[in-house]
Amino acid sequence: MNFMVVVLWTDVLLFILLAVCLAYARHAARRPHLRAPWARMARSASGMAAATVLSAFALIGVLDSLHYRPLIEAKPGVPGPARYAVEVRSVLDLVIQGVLGPMAGKSEKTYSAPLATHAFSRENIERPGPDGKPRQVREYPRLANGGAHLKDPAREWAADVATHAVRGMVFGFIAWLALAFVLLGAYAANHQEDGGIAGVWGDAWSGRGRLPWRSILITLLVICLCAGVAATLGSRYHLLGTDKVGQDVLYLALKSVRTALIIGTLTTLVMLPMGVLLGIAAGYFGGWIDDAIQYVYTTLNSIPGVLLIAASVLMMQVAIDANPGWFATAAERADFRLLCLCFILGMMSWTGLCRLMRGEALKLRELEYVQAARAFGVSRLAIIVRHILPNVMHLVIISAVMDFSGMVLTEAVLSYVGVGVDPSMSSFGSMINAARLEMSRDPMVWWSLAAAFFFMLALVLAANLFADAVRDAFDPRLSPKRRRRGLLAKASA
Amino acid sequence: MTAYLVRRLVYAFLILIGVNLITFWLFFKVNTPDDIARLQLGAKRVTPDAIAKWKAERGYDKPLLYNGSAEGAKRFTETIYFEKSVAMFMLDFGRADDGRDIWFEIRNRAGPSLAVQVPVFIVGLGVNVSFALLLALFRATRFDFASQVFLVAMMSISSLFFIIAGQYVFSKLWHLVPISGYAGGADAFKFLVLPVAIGIFGSLGGATRLYRTIFIEEMGRDYVRTARAKGMSELVVLFRHVLGNGMIPILTGVVVVIPGLFVGSLLTESFFGIPGLGSYTIEAIQAQDFGVVRSMVFIGSVLYILGLVLTDISYTIVDPRVRLDT
Repeated sequence: MNFMVVVLWTDVLLFILLAVCLAYARHAARRPHLRAPWARMARSASGMAAATVLSAFALIGVLDSLHYRPLIEAKPGVPGPARYAVEVRSVLDLVIQGVLGPMAGKSEKTYSAPLATHAFSRENIERPGPDGKPRQVREYPRLANGGAHLKDPAREWAADVATHAVRGMVFGFIAWLALAFVLLGAYAANHQEDGGIAGVWGDAWSGRGRLPWRSILITLLVICLCAGVAATLGSRYHLLGTDKVGQDVLYLALKSVRTALIIGTLTTLVMLPMGVLLGIAAGYFGGWIDDAIQYVYTTLNSIPGVLLIAASVLMMQVAIDANPGWFATAAERADFRLLCLCFILGMMSWTGLCRLMRGEALKLRELEYVQAARAFGVSRLAIIVRHILPNVMHLVIISAVMDFSGMVLTEAVLSYVGVGVDPSMSSFGSMINAARLEMSRDPMVWWSLAAAFFFMLALVLAANLFADAVRDAFDPRLSPKRRRRGLLAKASA
Repeated sequence: MTAYLVRRLVYAFLILIGVNLITFWLFFKVNTPDDIARLQLGAKRVTPDAIAKWKAERGYDKPLLYNGSAEGAKRFTETIYFEKSVAMFMLDFGRADDGRDIWFEIRNRAGPSLAVQVPVFIVGLGVNVSFALLLALFRATRFDFASQVFLVAMMSISSLFFIIAGQYVFSKLWHLVPISGYAGGADAFKFLVLPVAIGIFGSLGGATRLYRTIFIEEMGRDYVRTARAKGMSELVVLFRHVLGNGMIPILTGVVVVIPGLFVGSLLTESFFGIPGLGSYTIEAIQAQDFGVVRSMVFIGSVLYILGLVLTDISYTIVDPRVRLDT
């Protein structure tokens, strides 16, 4: 074995969450009443386009959650136990390294602009003068890796960038064709009545079909083209530039995706059980249980959110600093901090859901079927599990997807305040924070900011659109009649 | 009404004790005063004497919750928890780590915070409600669709970007306003105009979309149909009926934040260098000044509870069906 598998806490929880989602999908697929709202959601063009983008991000996040420590090459002739590097790497690192080659990671000295061949600031360099003696010159030095294959950058640069961009697009297009073929083929195999893969393909572009294949395919095409260009250009230049310590910004942004996803999903994982169980208990049992739970959530709610988070994170930081022996590697410490942050955010944000659940349980417990169950002597726990819980599930799903994007945005703010993730862990918040300090530089260092902006916009926008589609499909207040009217309104617009 | 207020006051007191217990637990139980002293004095080369002196200066040299060495009621009163809590309820917050009186700082800094937050709140509410009404009037048209796309995009952009982009374009590129800073009196205008504009712009997406949903839901109700059937114009229906009834759910979210305006906005104030309570808090967090953070938590909770009471009272004004004395 030339590596050692490292399982971080957040990895475990992320994979548990993934397993739960898969189990739910299996469960829902077999029951028509659970399948119906998801099928409704799948007909929304914007929702499916958003789901495509989210899947791409999720793939990055999952790859980045498979961690290992590489083996350190032992000196020949020195026996002893195998030693592993302290640096924890992930499968995503392997993939990026494979695709981007020397560009990945920290490969320059300091800032360089996107696609640059020369550094961003002048340096003193010794050069042989006309008389043969070495002479100090102030000029922009060539980058160690970015555009290093060019002999005369001034002349070759534009043509080189253009050829590789076009080549990347062609690769992206081929990859897209292959992906589309696989996806449509799998769909057509399950839906024989749609006339095979050719029928589905035709339907997709004419906008007929039952699934909005056109929007899925177009989104996929955009993703493939971006990935293609990133792969070809990114392996020769720093596509999005480098940051202060010479790290490739594209690499940083890709690594930040996992942090954002973890914050968005694990926080929900902490929040859901608390909010749902306490809310239902308060609403269903009433009396002193209701009073106590209401008291707890009003108290928590009345503390300003950022302050309570900041206070908790400060306290956690003191505890971590006081016990350096808990963690074998820096990555484990950073991961523990991320996990704590998720817990803290979760403890702060269950109150809204709890109030919603309480109101819903108050309504449901007066309904005839619950009263009938009570009259038959069904135990209270069984009533909650069998009758109340299934009837609030749609609200739980809606609020889970709605909260995701808010958490991603919160992370950026917290990192700015200084109570976010560990400084050694890349995140969009720390990227913005680092870029902000360079605001006053002239010319401005804009690329890390722009990269964080576009990655976050893509992730959060997709999450918002997906949440909207889920809400439209699940909210029972939108009756089928109004839903049709809404669709008509959209069609006429 | 009086009975309601008394009941609310008692409940508010109970909640404040809860808040106090949580913060106390966070600040003293998870990490003992010794830990904090070591952190403040620097982790290495710290003598027990220095820690004892630091604790004595700040009154932390007593037991946390129960004082076994004292007699009678003093077993509970001669503790850190009791002394710090009573002082806090009397608005005596003690001194910050830099030696300044916290309550004095808070009073001084509330002004600049309000100068930013009040215009953001009033103008922002006006802009959001009118935009939402406009969208409700032109619902299901191209304009509505385009605006919805715009609003979702706005919602998806972190407020950090609005601030950074605003500072770059208006201050650095066009030199219209100073990048940051604050001055009293008439000079305040040029410092405040950008943070206020960005504050309004940043809240546009989420709030307008929410209000639009509320208005459109209200427009589907029977009384609106009746009003239309009577021959009222769409504009009269919108302003007289929909706006009035839509205000009830809007108030729920809006009134509760009014007292919180005092506390200011952490991000805006720290980016624009406005010496308000928001930047005070952020500086305290970054300097790990627990006394200040604890005081701000306390004040924030008091203001939030005030907001809840105000919300209930405002219901009785806009919705005659609600009475507080029942």
